[in-house]
Amino acid sequence: MSLAKKYHREVNRILAKYPPENKRSAVMPLLYLAQSEAGYITKDAMQDIANLLEISLTDVGALVGFYTLYHDKKEGKYRMQVCTDLPCALRGADQFMESLCANLGIQVGETTADGTITLEAVTCLAACDKAPMFQIQSRDGLEYHENMTVDKTMELVETLKKAGRKVG
Amino acid sequence: MPTILLRHRDIPDLHKLDVYKQNGGLEAFKKAVTQMKPNEVTDLVKNSGLRGRGGAGFPTGMKWSFIDQKIWPHYVVANADESEPGTFKDREIMANNPFQFLEGVAIASYAVSAKAAYVYLRGEFWQIASFLDEKIAELEEAGYLGDRLFGTDTSLHIYTHLGAGAYICGEETAMLESIEGKRGQPRIRPPFPAVYGLYGKPTVVNNVETLTNLPMILAKGSDWYKTLGTPDSAGVKIFSLSGRVRKPDNYELPFGTTFRQLIYEHGGGVQEGRPVKAIMPAGASSSFIVVDDKVLDTPMDYASVRTLGADLGSASIIVIDDTVSIDWIINKTIHFFKHESCGKCTPCREGTYWMSNIVERLEHEHPGPASVELLLNVARQMQNKCLCPLGEFSTMAVVTGIERFPQDFKKAVEPGNEHVPDDFKKVEGLNL
Repeated sequence: MSLAKKYHREVNRILAKYPPENKRSAVMPLLYLAQSEAGYITKDAMQDIANLLEISLTDVGALVGFYTLYHDKKEGKYRMQVCTDLPCALRGADQFMESLCANLGIQVGETTADGTITLEAVTCLAACDKAPMFQIQSRDGLEYHENMTVDKTMELVETLKKAGRKVG
Repeated sequence: MPTILLRHRDIPDLHKLDVYKQNGGLEAFKKAVTQMKPNEVTDLVKNSGLRGRGGAGFPTGMKWSFIDQKIWPHYVVANADESEPGTFKDREIMANNPFQFLEGVAIASYAVSAKAAYVYLRGEFWQIASFLDEKIAELEEAGYLGDRLFGTDTSLHIYTHLGAGAYICGEETAMLESIEGKRGQPRIRPPFPAVYGLYGKPTVVNNVETLTNLPMILAKGSDWYKTLGTPDSAGVKIFSLSGRVRKPDNYELPFGTTFRQLIYEHGGGVQEGRPVKAIMPAGASSSFIVVDDKVLDTPMDYASVRTLGADLGSASIIVIDDTVSIDWIINKTIHFFKHESCGKCTPCREGTYWMSNIVERLEHEHPGPASVELLLNVARQMQNKCLCPLGEFSTMAVVTGIERFPQDFKKAVEPGNEHVPDDFKKVEGLNL
């Protein structure tokens, strides 16, 4: 079923934010909506959005490639995105990341064998005073975890592996 | 001193509409709409000396006065993209004092006669965007947003728009492109947004912190605001203090507070009591300030920081102690800018790529002094040639790092290790 049909009300709510003659503006919120389906954006969904907004598939695909929070392939159920930028690194973020890799048994950019966690290094998340920190992105949304330790993080990982839960 | 922007630290539950109203909230907006003309609001803000808090420090009232009065409709865009490494103030404001920020958006919109305003939040502020959506709905419900406000002809709707992970969208024309549903790549200016902005219409783009000042300026007057800060930099500023300090946090202080007061009185001093070696006052986009006693006693305002060979920018003060080597820092900043370069203009796209290549080799291969020269050369070649400030910013730490801390690049060029990588030799015009 097309996005517009399945999420009729949500799509209309998004479109109402922008002048009718500028409905292309809805492409970013619609991409988030599409991503909430499977955790990544399928080519069919991109085509749906292109049809709905009367733009080309390339126009939509170009955004998925440009913006880092959109994903076009299936990876871990939860993306653990650790800030390793300068201010966080001055507070131990690189060492934190190394330990996480060792504990999870994966390298940066990889996914745990059970498909739960994809570990990523990202740039500044505006939480420099609360490093080490990361955000979890899933199909539901995003949430911050600040002033973290490796132990606290591994507890969270265990919870996500066992039960899973909504993020955001 | 009572807080002006981080008032939630003094007033519990300020994020609740009734509490905000009990503390004088929304009176300023109501007064503007019912008792003042838009240009009177602009004049008041001009007289207050308020300057943009996003980094450029441009006078806010003057920015509003540039808006084209022949082309309609007008738009206001609140820049909530906060992505500069070391900056985390707007997030605290929006998450804790949302109504004062939204009232600021409303006042700015009235001043430029905009009937629609967009709050552009970086995608990572997902939860804050939902929170603001709730607050906007509450304001609509209570009659502070919507059509024919307070029985006048004034209408205003505020919408949130989420980015999706791109530092460049903090640049105002890239932000407008992004709201229009395109890749966030800067436009060539002029025309400026005041003439050709969102959807090609006159648009004012203001930072969250700038806007959050407005309700208090309207309520207490421009003369009151000027009693705070310095003649050059009126009012208060949120200093985001990070790096090797004991108490990293946001500190709302008057302009003119010294680095020493911020770092030692408020920030608890440096970790393990070590000396401050360098300060980056504007996040990763900073020039390095070489720190001595005189520097620590310098007042933090736009003009004084410039005398130290740096800009105050958004006042994201990153403190670096003597355990940290500057070559490691520029590796981090170059990596950041290479990742965030939008790819539109060649000097930035290629320059950040080459700087990243060279600095990686400096760290891992000790390729010889020619490489440090080459890095400096690439950075200088980029300067004044990029389409937007991002490319320029990427060179600041590189050039000032090498010039002001040459000793930190010595280990990268150990004697007897003068190997020049083969692919550098292939670059035409390079004389190595």
